[in-house]
Amino acid sequence: MKRWLRAVGSWFDARLKVREVLLPVLQHPIPRAAAGPKGWFYIFGSASMTLLFLQILTGIGLALVYVPAADQAYQSLQYLNYRQPLGWFLRSVHYWSGSLMVVMVLVHMTQVFLHGAYKYPRELTWVLGVFLLLLTLGLAFSGQVLRWDADAYWGLGVGASMAGRVPVLGPAVVTLLLGGPVIGGDTLSRFFALHVFILPGLLLTVLAAHLWLVLTRGISTPPVPGEKVDPKTYDAAYERELRRGVPFLGEALRKDALFSALVVILVVVLAAVAGPKGPSGLPDPAVQGANPRPDWPFLWTFGLLSLAPPGMETFLMLVFPAFLVLGLLLVPFVSNRGERAPSRRPVAVLTVLVGGVALAVLSYAGATADWSPHMGAWSGAPVPEKVVARSAPRELAGAAVFQNKSCRDCHALEGSGGRRGPDLSGVGARLTRDQLIDQVSNGTPGGGNMPAYGKHVSPAEMDALADFLVALRPAGRPPSRTPTQ
Amino acid sequence: MSEHSSQPPAPEPSTGPPDRRGFLLTTGVCGLAAAAAGVPLVGYFLGALRNRPVEWVTLGPVGKFPVNEARRETFVNPIHQPWDGMAANTACYVRYLGRDEQGQDQFWVFAVNCTHLGCPVTWSPQAGLFLCPCHGGVYYENGEHASGPPPRGLYRYVWRVRDGQLEVQAPHLPTLQDTLDKPSEVVQLGLRTRRPRSDSA
Repeated sequence: MKRWLRAVGSWFDARLKVREVLLPVLQHPIPRAAAGPKGWFYIFGSASMTLLFLQILTGIGLALVYVPAADQAYQSLQYLNYRQPLGWFLRSVHYWSGSLMVVMVLVHMTQVFLHGAYKYPRELTWVLGVFLLLLTLGLAFSGQVLRWDADAYWGLGVGASMAGRVPVLGPAVVTLLLGGPVIGGDTLSRFFALHVFILPGLLLTVLAAHLWLVLTRGISTPPVPGEKVDPKTYDAAYERELRRGVPFLGEALRKDALFSALVVILVVVLAAVAGPKGPSGLPDPAVQGANPRPDWPFLWTFGLLSLAPPGMETFLMLVFPAFLVLGLLLVPFVSNRGERAPSRRPVAVLTVLVGGVALAVLSYAGATADWSPHMGAWSGAPVPEKVVARSAPRELAGAAVFQNKSCRDCHALEGSGGRRGPDLSGVGARLTRDQLIDQVSNGTPGGGNMPAYGKHVSPAEMDALADFLVALRPAGRPPSRTPTQ
Repeated sequence: MSEHSSQPPAPEPSTGPPDRRGFLLTTGVCGLAAAAAGVPLVGYFLGALRNRPVEWVTLGPVGKFPVNEARRETFVNPIHQPWDGMAANTACYVRYLGRDEQGQDQFWVFAVNCTHLGCPVTWSPQAGLFLCPCHGGVYYENGEHASGPPPRGLYRYVWRVRDGQLEVQAPHLPTLQDTLDKPSEVVQLGLRTRRPRSDSA
């Protein structure tokens, strides 16, 4: 039996040349240190790739059931969630694996950046990696569109509004992006083709080139402080390093496989516990009260565009991302030689810290979105009882005006309500009655954050509102007064 | 090897660099093939930019709209594919301003799309403001920018009154350079053919 199997194996190998071609590839030597404990730094790329394969598998599974037509997509997602056996689980794995893929690509990139692994002669490996990151983000956005719910619909509106700011060609770009003059079936078909054919095709092609470079130029040795990269001597030194190297098929592959397996287990557990994302509200633009939010990889842009001064916005939408990508592409050409150890590269470490903190803070800001009015607060969040417990009748009338005019949508009382404007709990101690009336009537001077309510508040209402606001102050504090000369 | 040596040297088939004519011919044929397949492909992709006829949607009799009240109206946009489903639904805000000195009915019809990034604004009748849920853009009742990041007021539909019915031009997705009342000159979306704002005559 054994001999028979071997004979069949040899017959195939004589034709496929696996032993001759593939085995040496798997056994290519890698630096000895990269197979040691420091090899744990080298696991993120292969984990990203494992997640990609998981995405392809689950994606094919979903495509068997999902209907990429605007009038059926939402229903087919509901069907996947509730009827198709394990449909919810496949959707869930696809979402969580995709999310983790974005994380893993970023971690992989950060590791390569911190260890200076992009320096000579691996510039092109880095450049292709930047494209892999962009393609991964493109897949994340197009995947969010395929969810074809209210968030997807309005997310497309946001994308189109950004594209519409491109000088001169904006309208043409919008129409080509949407596949027509409106967001509809043509748009969904377009993004389905992007998500399922175009972007994965590009991603696999670029990935093949990326891996080819990893094989031909080899992986970098773990950085040692003081060991500088010099393009003149590097190749010979690396050649010597490989001569005492170890085959990839061994310790290094074991680490890769172990970590990838752990990541897959994490995805499966996350998917089973947290479940699939959406679809949320119906993709019906006539439904009132849509409150669209981007998926988490794009929350930071949501935060950035909300917090940036309006004058900078078009720059931030169109030019800044291009600069960001250009900056990433130029990294290996700007710093091509020299130290690789993070302990000797304070600028690199600082860049990662600043970039990471900025991303985290902007994402957090995007998640809390304090700048968004709380549309239901005027009716849903009553004036706290302790605020009006001892109020005079006219102050109570003012409290009613405060709620009815939707002031609460932007102004919190005792921490509840919108956060677009300041919490007004102690405003009576900060502004005089006249200042308050002026602020409400005319808004923030020069087109600031507060609209002018003069035309919408009757004199009687204004009187009552002013009484209520003046009474909003901590116990024992006198009302604010204009200083007398 | 040696059996050929006695014969006169046969003309060697294409081992050296190709001659100029052959090279140009091959390149030309390849270019022709690429163009023959590629030009229609590019034309197909650019098909989204094709001209579309102007269409009008009836929102209802003028009498349906109370004077000086913003009303949310929904309609099915005639610019849609049969498989668009509910995505073809469109909402707008209509405010009837009564009749002007000439006795003409006057309206404001606003798109729901915020001019900042296109999120749907909500009319708050209590505050007399349009509020955007995304980045907190605010507009006054006449559509002018009140506060927040929007760079301009709300987009206005082109409308007319015909046979006592309020009609609006079927809208494309309005963006900053491609508004509803002054569509882009760059792309012809069919909405370039302007009609008078109101031709109740």
